[in-house]
Amino acid sequence: MSETRFAESHEWVRLDGDVAVVGISDHAQSALGDVVFVDLPEVGREVTAGEAVAVVESVKAASDIYAPISGTVAAVNEALVDNPALVNSGAMGEGWFFTITPKDTSEIGKLMDAEAYAKHAEEAH
Amino acid sequence: MAENETLLETPLAGLHRELGGRMVGFAGYAMPVQYPAGIIAEHLACRSGAALFDVSHMGQAELRGEGAAAALERVTPAEVQALKPGRQRYALLLNGAGGIIDDFMVANLGDRLFLVLNASRKAVDVEAIGAALPPGVSIVPRPDRALLALQGPGAEAILAGLAEGVAALPFMGVLETPVAGIPALVTRSGYTGEDGFEIGVPAEGAEAVARALLAAGAAPAGLGARDSLRLEAGLPLYGQDIDETTSPVEAALTFSLGKRRRMAWDFAGAERVREELDNGPKRLRVGILPEGRQPARAHTEIALNGLPVGEVTSGSFGPSLNAPVAMGYVARAHAGDGTALELMVRGRALPARTAPTPFIPHRYKRTPSISTGAIA
Repeated sequence: MSETRFAESHEWVRLDGDVAVVGISDHAQSALGDVVFVDLPEVGREVTAGEAVAVVESVKAASDIYAPISGTVAAVNEALVDNPALVNSGAMGEGWFFTITPKDTSEIGKLMDAEAYAKHAEEAH
Repeated sequence: MAENETLLETPLAGLHRELGGRMVGFAGYAMPVQYPAGIIAEHLACRSGAALFDVSHMGQAELRGEGAAAALERVTPAEVQALKPGRQRYALLLNGAGGIIDDFMVANLGDRLFLVLNASRKAVDVEAIGAALPPGVSIVPRPDRALLALQGPGAEAILAGLAEGVAALPFMGVLETPVAGIPALVTRSGYTGEDGFEIGVPAEGAEAVARALLAAGAAPAGLGARDSLRLEAGLPLYGQDIDETTSPVEAALTFSLGKRRRMAWDFAGAERVREELDNGPKRLRVGILPEGRQPARAHTEIALNGLPVGEVTSGSFGPSLNAPVAMGYVARAHAGDGTALELMVRGRALPARTAPTPFIPHRYKRTPSISTGAIA
């Protein structure tokens, strides 16, 4: 698996073979609080970087999840449907949202690395 | 956080930060929305044990002078004159058009009335009530006082270890008694649907009382849990579920209208209340249970066969129900329990049904004669 990169809107993306796995950062899940519902995109949907494609709902509020790169949704994490709390307990792993077949894998490299994101998250706080 | 710079703080602000509270702006105050345990854990702690909320942002005020109760009745349809010393009651403050200026609690302390007002409305309330008072009666805000809510089935045991006489207090009873050595005004009431107490103390004594309650086993809980608890209990939130456009009849709060008041019709807004009681209101506040797990939030359109029939005013996820819960207004024809409706969430119709409230049964500790009597 490749290095994990981060979007300003707090999604992470990691290339795994042909697809890019997308989730939300640990900082984001902590800020949201207890996640109670996740609305996932349809498999096969074409998405553009920066487009709202999923929704995560905590007890308090609903928040959009944006596609960090352009491509086609390849799969969604069905486990989140019955157990949305996975987003809290495993934001960077088990709590992934969907995978994208990238249009251009070089888009991933343009996102923030872990260090830059940590600084961004701190500033946003 | 920059946005907090202009916010007021309660006397417990330091304690909230020490406990890891996540502070947010609410009605002009920096308040904890949650602590590290999280909203769901705090909510469940209240239903199973005891939770401690800081509600010092709420308005506290005294009504003093001969005829204070009669004067307050000019602007509320509640029965205030017959409220006995040591008793408290829920009341609505109405404008001349029958809209709700605020909902509040009024307690009879013998020589004065004591009011608890919503934080966002306290300034408006003091002015509206003040304008209705005759010479000799005055409303005196008490910003020098803090207010704590200790709620849950474990509340009585915790408070009884720190204060005399509280276990014998019935629901809506009022008692002036020291708590952890601090002079306090204790009422057996709250905003969670659970048994519990609200404890008014001088601001400088609030932290000592809060620390004593936490040490005795209460879990700190924030505004997030307070909101999900009151929603499961079917209790309206001012500014969301009721406001100056909604009437007591529309808001399904007619229980707060005094029987004598409904014969005399001598209160502000009586004309509209009477008309709606006689002919039915156009819309009604109802409980709503969405199917599935997806919450429908405030301002979600409610539809029936594709046509709009109302709007959600509060919607969240109910941790005790482990399901989404909501309330809102629907046209009266569709307000019957169990009516199938659609909630328009992000362009999709989410199936839902109207449902009786509370969603979680209230567990108030009423007097033994009532709780074991014919009504039960």
